[in-house]
Amino acid sequence: MQIPAPFDYVRASTVDNAFALLERHGPESRVVAGGHSLLPMMKLRLARPECLVDINDVFELDFVLRDGDTLRIGAMTRHSTLLESAEIARLFPIVGDAERVIADPTVRNRGTIGGSLCQADPAKDLSTVCKVLGAQAVVRGPAGERLLSMSEFHRGPYETAVAHNELLCEVRIPIRARSGSAYEKVERRVGDWAVVAAGASVTLAADGTIDDVRIGLTAVGIVGTATEAEAVLRGRHPGEDLFVEAGRLAALASDPVADQRGPVDYKRHLADELTRRVLRRATARATETQEG
Amino acid sequence: MQISMTVNGKDITEEAEPRVLLVHFIRDVLRLTGSHRGCDTSNCGTCVVLMDGQSVKSCTVLAAMADGHSITTVEGLASGATLDPVQQGFMEEHGLQCGFCTPGMMLTARALLDNNPHPDEGEIREAISGQMCRCTGYATIVRSVQWAAQHPATQEETAGEEVTA
Ligand SMILES: Cc1cc2nc3c(=O)[nH]c(=O)nc-3n(C[C@H](O)[C@H](O)[C@H](O)COP(=O)(O)OP(=O)(O)OC[C@H]3O[C@@H](n4cnc5c(N)ncnc54)[C@H](O)[C@@H]3O)c2cc1C
Ligand code: FES
Ligand code: FES
Repeated sequence: MQIPAPFDYVRASTVDNAFALLERHGPESRVVAGGHSLLPMMKLRLARPECLVDINDVFELDFVLRDGDTLRIGAMTRHSTLLESAEIARLFPIVGDAERVIADPTVRNRGTIGGSLCQADPAKDLSTVCKVLGAQAVVRGPAGERLLSMSEFHRGPYETAVAHNELLCEVRIPIRARSGSAYEKVERRVGDWAVVAAGASVTLAADGTIDDVRIGLTAVGIVGTATEAEAVLRGRHPGEDLFVEAGRLAALASDPVADQRGPVDYKRHLADELTRRVLRRATARATETQEG
Repeated sequence: MQISMTVNGKDITEEAEPRVLLVHFIRDVLRLTGSHRGCDTSNCGTCVVLMDGQSVKSCTVLAAMADGHSITTVEGLASGATLDPVQQGFMEEHGLQCGFCTPGMMLTARALLDNNPHPDEGEIREAISGQMCRCTGYATIVRSVQWAAQHPATQEETAGEEVTA
């Protein structure tokens, strides 16, 4: 079995302590959260940090709390906690849809939302979820705090705006009335990465038309959201014809690559079909919810 | 570095490099070889142990990260000569053939029953979905966990909980 290259290990007790440790151990030090992306990469020697700063004891980053019209989720919140939270299930059903198909329950006991977003793998389900929900990332460093949209946060595959001496501390999701969301993923087997997945969030106006909509796709090479598909939906009454058109546009905008998970045509087909399904489900959920 | 943890109820302190994975620490340092290693990709689940009562893949946790925590391995399931109902269930319902996946399966089952003493078949299958068995086809594993769920010891635990809840 593969073993990581040697490194030093230190534990941070607070966010400020983590900054100090990252500073002290220099540019080749790295934060470890759940370790379920980083340790596999270290075993394969795709990552060789000289020092790991363990933030599992930084309990101030482990919270889910409602603050007015915002839900705040600490970066150290585990997948399993996200899945179990009744408040998240009620406000953002897309999170439960996605969490149920992220890895397996044992991996979900360790992996965190912060690690998922910081890993910035294009196949990461929570990146799509956060994009679709219009989430903001709270990034803190010795110099202070920055509030970034998901498109500012994710600079590209495996690249984020978080500097070496900074931490992603929390994710803030706006709570909106008459909104619904959904996620659906096609995977080859339980716990695998997505062949393709789609997520949507729909906000209805008082007259039942679509006030706002966001569509995100996982693993098909779309940076940001599927803006053309969103544009045909805004201001219109939701309905099957419209969803079909949105699916077509989302598939057109997608740019998948052929790999062991499937050929390009198949992935485009999934982008189309999954977009329709999540729009249907998100709209139905928005109709059911009155409260924000 | 020095690493201390509670393993199967016993406090231990050992020397190990930070890069030592928990599964190696358990097998090679503590010589508890019931926890197996089966892959390099965190997929197979044969290395599963309980950390503070929750199932974790010990190939994807550093021993250093488990410092200060409580670990249960398959060796800690039985109390003396009395098998855990999960172990008995695997015997009664033929939940194993080669036995390679079995320690991980049993520990996940224990964690499941501690949280949910009346799991339905879907919940059992979901709980073990991060673990592979190349022999049984899973059907007998599911039945083994169901056997354990119906065991008087499991039922008593819940009765107790309901009274105190
Ligand atoms: C078998 C398996 C299957 C999986 N399947 C899926 C799947 O289907 N879908 C999916 O989305 N994911 C999947 N994952 C990934 C899983 O969700 C990981 O747990 C998660 O991506 C990483 O979270 P972590 O806390 O383990 O991060 P870590 O591995 O600890 O960290 C990942 C990276 O983020 C950095 N980091 C972590 N936290 C912070 C922070 N707060 N601030 C700054 N930097 C930080 C680390 O330095 C590292 O570079 C799978 C993982 C495994 C092992
Ligand atoms: S050895 Fe395969 S998951 Fe741990
Ligand atoms: S009994 Fe052989 S792998 Fe499960």
